[in-house]
Amino acid sequence: MISSGIVTVSYIAATVLFILALGGLSNQETARRGNWYGIIGMAIALLATILGVVTEHYTILFVGLLIGGSIGLALARRVQMTQMPELVAILHSLVGLAAVLVGFANFMDPSVHFAGVELTIHDIETYLGVLIGAVTFSGSVIAFGKLSGRISGKPLLLPARHWLNLALLIAAIWFGRDFVVQSAGGGGLIPLIIMTIVALLFGIHMVMAIGGADMPVVVSMLNSYSGWAAAATGFMLSNDLLIVTGALVGSSGAILSYIMCRAMNRRFIAVIAGGFGTGGGTVVAGGDADGEVVSIDAEETAALLTNAKEVMIVPGYGMAVAQAQHIVYEITTALRAKKINVRFGIHPVAGRMPGHMNVLLAEARVPYDIVYEMDEINEDFPKVDVSIVIGANDIVNPSAQEVPDSPIAGMPVLEVWKGAVTIVLKRSMATGYAGVQNPLFFKENTRMLFGDAKDSLDAVYRAL
Amino acid sequence: MRIGVPREIHAGERRVATTPEVARQLIKMGFSVAVEENAGAAASYSDDAYRAAGCGVIEAGRQVWSDSDLILKVRAPESSEVELLTRNQTLISFIWPGQNPDLLKRLTDSGATVLAVDSVPRISRAQKMDALSSMANIAGYRAVVEAAQHFGRFFTGQITAAGKIPPAKVLIIGAGVAGLSAIGAARSMGAIVRAFDTRPEVKEQVESMDAEFLMLDFADEDGTGEGGYAKVMSKEFIEAEMQLFAEQAKEVDIIITTALIPGKPAPRLVTAEMVRSMKDGSVIVDLAAEQGGNCELTEPNEVVVRDGVSIIGYTDLPSRLAAQSSQLYATNLRHLLTELCPEKDGNIVVDMEDEVIRGATVCTQGETTWPPPPPTLSAIPPAAKAEPPPVMVEKKPSLAGPIVAIAVGGLALLGLGAVAPPSFMAHFTVFVLACFIGYMVIWNVTPALHTPLMSVTNAISSIIVIGALLQISSGENLIMWIAAFTVLITSINIAGGFAVTRRMLAMFRK
Repeated sequence: MISSGIVTVSYIAATVLFILALGGLSNQETARRGNWYGIIGMAIALLATILGVVTEHYTILFVGLLIGGSIGLALARRVQMTQMPELVAILHSLVGLAAVLVGFANFMDPSVHFAGVELTIHDIETYLGVLIGAVTFSGSVIAFGKLSGRISGKPLLLPARHWLNLALLIAAIWFGRDFVVQSAGGGGLIPLIIMTIVALLFGIHMVMAIGGADMPVVVSMLNSYSGWAAAATGFMLSNDLLIVTGALVGSSGAILSYIMCRAMNRRFIAVIAGGFGTGGGTVVAGGDADGEVVSIDAEETAALLTNAKEVMIVPGYGMAVAQAQHIVYEITTALRAKKINVRFGIHPVAGRMPGHMNVLLAEARVPYDIVYEMDEINEDFPKVDVSIVIGANDIVNPSAQEVPDSPIAGMPVLEVWKGAVTIVLKRSMATGYAGVQNPLFFKENTRMLFGDAKDSLDAVYRAL
Repeated sequence: MRIGVPREIHAGERRVATTPEVARQLIKMGFSVAVEENAGAAASYSDDAYRAAGCGVIEAGRQVWSDSDLILKVRAPESSEVELLTRNQTLISFIWPGQNPDLLKRLTDSGATVLAVDSVPRISRAQKMDALSSMANIAGYRAVVEAAQHFGRFFTGQITAAGKIPPAKVLIIGAGVAGLSAIGAARSMGAIVRAFDTRPEVKEQVESMDAEFLMLDFADEDGTGEGGYAKVMSKEFIEAEMQLFAEQAKEVDIIITTALIPGKPAPRLVTAEMVRSMKDGSVIVDLAAEQGGNCELTEPNEVVVRDGVSIIGYTDLPSRLAAQSSQLYATNLRHLLTELCPEKDGNIVVDMEDEVIRGATVCTQGETTWPPPPPTLSAIPPAAKAEPPPVMVEKKPSLAGPIVAIAVGGLALLGLGAVAPPSFMAHFTVFVLACFIGYMVIWNVTPALHTPLMSVTNAISSIIVIGALLQISSGENLIMWIAAFTVLITSINIAGGFAVTRRMLAMFRK
């Protein structure tokens, strides 16, 4: 047993290491070291707690650690990068569940005594921890379902869904009051359980109502909630390490959600309230007032690429779905060998998770110094000879800039049409997530390369 | 169906209506193709090249006319050629029905079906069949080459040990297909390029090619006529225009004029006086020479020197680049034939319901079908052009929102501080500070690493395992098992989160 003073100091060390871990992510060079800081911090915290606080049942403890650890490592080894969003979602759910369980266990623990105002505050902290944890848990499970395709990407729009949400919220507050009152008298388990169920339902309903490609916001939001749940648990346990870590994670998720919403030019509340977007894939019949699309084949594409000096590749989620990132790497290498400057332009909401495209490209061994964020390269498009859009639609839609009442109006987009030629790889003329037609396809300097992205790119690579 | 391609007999015409490469594709469509002996010789396409592509080569003379069902030509048929046309033949070539009413009558009388490539409607769908644009593109480019040939100085500027070489200043009048092509060619040779057009909407196109667009300060008069062409302007506008040109003439070295109005003679834009005011050694290339010329002193088909200025009036600029223009023209025809032969069975169907085919057909079976009824859907609806581009109104962020938020937040904090015990306040202090640290640190994270950020924050939020560790020593069995289970699931997160983050970070390489 080590003294509580040493435990506290260890917690301080862990906190510092966690902050350094997050700070390390400012660039790819320092990031790897940062991850190790995080691991060390976690190890110190665990060790200090085991040695300083745990007095019994070591065996069960280690068995739990071992089993959980092995499952975690196995998952990490086997997951495909295209499955990262759903892995992150399901991991969030575990944190939420943990918060709920810790809250319940703490509440039912007879060795915990508070009275008066302290009891009230402790109860509120417990209540909040369980509430946020439950919402995080069920919301993340549904998010996992949507991202892995097990649940349809279309938003589930129940009639009067806003009223339903409001009712659930009011119920949560009502039972909270109930809980605090009853707990003062020694009871309160029933309201807590009921509230947990209400929160679970709320989580399910909230995420079901959000469309598939708004998932980047949802996943960031749930990331944030898992942090606030941990912080609330920290308040409940009077543990500063938990409070600080929870605050760090919570603000991280909140900032990511904000970035995602800004990149879609939609309000956070609007996204969460849900109901936007189609399942994608609806073919807009006729309506070719803007002209016809001009199609191109793989050989012509290869010819255009060979004669270009500046090439910009704009990947979207479609590239991941078609598993085309590896052939994209091959093409990139081939072009760079011919002294052609190839760059990648990544829109913040490309993919199903912030930074998803970057990870997919990294997996395909594309060097990260030619992968640029939208803000960095959007002004370079006038100098680009050939832009290739792979499996992306709304993020290159000029309507966002030119049509004030389009559903995507105001959303920052990659201005590919300002380049000399744009080649769009698409399976068909179906619309994207936002259900709007894309005038980019009808522009004079755009050519459509129809077909599965991977097959089309294989053909282009062969022709190079 | 048999396609026949005669040798062009118009004086100086070097183009041919099909090339070996395109002929190969026509044969794939089910046609059989035959060319007259030496039809492509002037364009560097030998008879052997045609034979290698699968074409027949017919000896020189009338036989190619009598042996074919479909004749492809470049220039309108001469008198002698019209005589050879029969009722069950089809001819596709430039006709210029507006300028050649007699020819049109004779073609109608012959009973043949004649399609004029210059009458293909200028809609987006028909762009690939638009021979006027493809030839104008070539003419614009060649105009710059001819100008450079007759100009005594460089186009591009240079600083050399032997002195400075000033760049040439080029003025291009008319920014249609030919004008834009000339702008591009002159720019790529390094000249300083200015362009003028009566249609203000081409300003953006001109500027995108790195040239200066000369604006006339003439509100209310837009030179855009029907179909995107220019129209005849008012007297005042023309006066202002001429004044602009007169000023420019004193400054520029080279003027390339491309101004045309469909169906009317070319507007006179460069007067003899302007030519006099130009510097010695300047060059004028008049692409409108055949329609009367934009310059008063132009002599069609010749280069003349007046007042020290060379005025080039060649009317056969595309023909001078015969190999390229034949290739593009042949491709235009191939696309037209694809419309005419949808079944790819080598038979053509003249579908008068199709807008493009109807527009191009000038006569068939003894009936004149030119001009066609006006198109129901024009490419650029004029009404839409009149609207100014929608201004995206930036909503000024109102101060009310943030002020209310701060007020509410402040009151809440005060309330909290009034009732909460000191232990809570200590933790709350830590919480607030931690949120600030989080805010600063997370904004620094590069967007490329947002996914690893999410997985690592997920891992460290599993520090909630501490809560379970605090409970696992409990005497109550239920509590212990709950805590044990919590330990299990959080360890999944800890191990999985850090491991997957490590895996992702390892993939990033320069």
